[in-house]
Amino acid sequence: MIITIASGKGGTGKTTIATNLAMVLADKNVQLLDCDVEAPNSHIFLKPDMNESETVHIKVPQIDEEKCTLCGRCAEVCEYHAIGVFGKSVMVFPELCHACGGCSLACPESAITEMDHPVGELQRGRANGVDFITGTLNIGEAKATPVIGAVKDRIKPDTITIVDAPPGTSCPVVETVRGSDYVLLVTEPTPFGLHDLNLAVEVMRKMSLPFGVVLNRSDMGDDGVEKFCQNENIEILLRIPQRRDIAEAYSNGTLLIDALPEYRDIFQRLYHDVEERV
Amino acid sequence: MKELVVISGKGGTGKTSVLGALASLANNAVLADCDVDAANLHVLLKPDVQKRSSFIGGKIARINSTKCISCGICRDVCRFDAITAHYKVDEIACEGCGVCVWNCPEEAISFDDQKNGEWFISKTRFGDMVHARLGIAEENSGKLVSLVRNEAKKLAKENGKDLLLVDGPPGTGCPVIAAIGGADAVLIVVEPTLSAIHDMQRVIKLARHFDVPAKIVINKTDLNSTLTSEITTYCEHEHLPIAGTIPYNLDIVRAQMNGQTVMEFGNESLKAQFSELWKNLQVILSKIQRRF
Repeated sequence: MIITIASGKGGTGKTTIATNLAMVLADKNVQLLDCDVEAPNSHIFLKPDMNESETVHIKVPQIDEEKCTLCGRCAEVCEYHAIGVFGKSVMVFPELCHACGGCSLACPESAITEMDHPVGELQRGRANGVDFITGTLNIGEAKATPVIGAVKDRIKPDTITIVDAPPGTSCPVVETVRGSDYVLLVTEPTPFGLHDLNLAVEVMRKMSLPFGVVLNRSDMGDDGVEKFCQNENIEILLRIPQRRDIAEAYSNGTLLIDALPEYRDIFQRLYHDVEERV
Repeated sequence: MKELVVISGKGGTGKTSVLGALASLANNAVLADCDVDAANLHVLLKPDVQKRSSFIGGKIARINSTKCISCGICRDVCRFDAITAHYKVDEIACEGCGVCVWNCPEEAISFDDQKNGEWFISKTRFGDMVHARLGIAEENSGKLVSLVRNEAKKLAKENGKDLLLVDGPPGTGCPVIAAIGGADAVLIVVEPTLSAIHDMQRVIKLARHFDVPAKIVINKTDLNSTLTSEITTYCEHEHLPIAGTIPYNLDIVRAQMNGQTVMEFGNESLKAQFSELWKNLQVILSKIQRRF
């Protein structure tokens, strides 16, 4: 079962929910995937022993200058302007390349092969029985989706997989939530939180994914999110109050279930609530 | 004209609240919201939209079922698993690369421009603002970010404004790269949490990678004073100026609930902190030479 923790707005508590949920399930067969590869933070709370690391590559074109006749067909078919003929040579811009393979298929001289271009790192480790996989996008690389895909390739069947998603509503989020059995949307009761929850709900509905809401810092703001969820028939599965001690524990990288042990039962219950809905 | 982009790496550290306060302090600025997939600045500034335009971000393949002979070539050449067993294009999976289109022997696949969102030129109580809304689950956010920035720059030049304030997206990927490339400076909003510090270090590297000077503002300083002093030491060591510090104060959230910027809300000591930030930023920006 794949449970993904997502949100429209950043900083609402995705990582808190994902890491604590994974840790209370440690006696079961559980894995935690950090797919927020642009700003991965789950490892700070899990403190895993990392024992496996590999580079994530995409395929980018490589030109055989002997064979190339500078005809420009490759540039014509590339929708991303990632390849072009400049004077007497063909130039490739790997950071623009989407690795669609179009240019190598189109080249009439078979002068284009593909080579690996590194875009990120994948690390795997264990923390108290949780199988932990995290991806990191290289600085300066634009596309997160290949790294997210590589992390998700490690999803094991017959396992409880908890996925920490990136914020937003565009391609990295879509790539992450796709294939989830249930999505928990974490938000806060503020105008920004409500606005971005609304967007995240639209993504869930467009992708036909079952979802529920976790309201973090639930007593901090106004009742906009509560009213929205009521009107839209969206279940709020968990409310976590605004407390300075919770914020302080978070700041130090301490799990909520360690700082406030009563949260162990609360996260167990959250898991059972999700399980019942899948 | 100078361009300052507010970023953070980690989301929720206070980018938009900082930008809103700066917008009310700067009297001669154009504003741009480049967090196009979860834009929030308009929630604070309630812009009056003057001009609304479509954003054509790319193209999308569509299979004409009467021409399709189910030969399977499109499914073989597509690297994004975007063509179903029943020869329909999965619009969410489609990257818009067009490889299926020109490999189809029956010319059964059309490839038309796709509207991926909308962008707006608006008036706000603090001046002109350019903002956008990327369509739900759409791609090409980087392209839309570039468009918003370019339109905002044009507007600033036309109206003789000397500052462009840009609210940036979280993360380090394509929308952030599109938001900071060629800017005069980035202002990184960090909070004293291990997560935010980790992500700040990544965006500092990103700013250096693209040769954009980085300045720091520490939000929620008293949430964890040990980590706040660690950030200070780190920034000194890295020669990164700290342009301001803001205490942990729920009045920032209360202002948001009133649809106000912090400068419009009646907490005088908070206002003083933001005024200090603005004063320092003005000095910093005046010292930056335009490089382009």
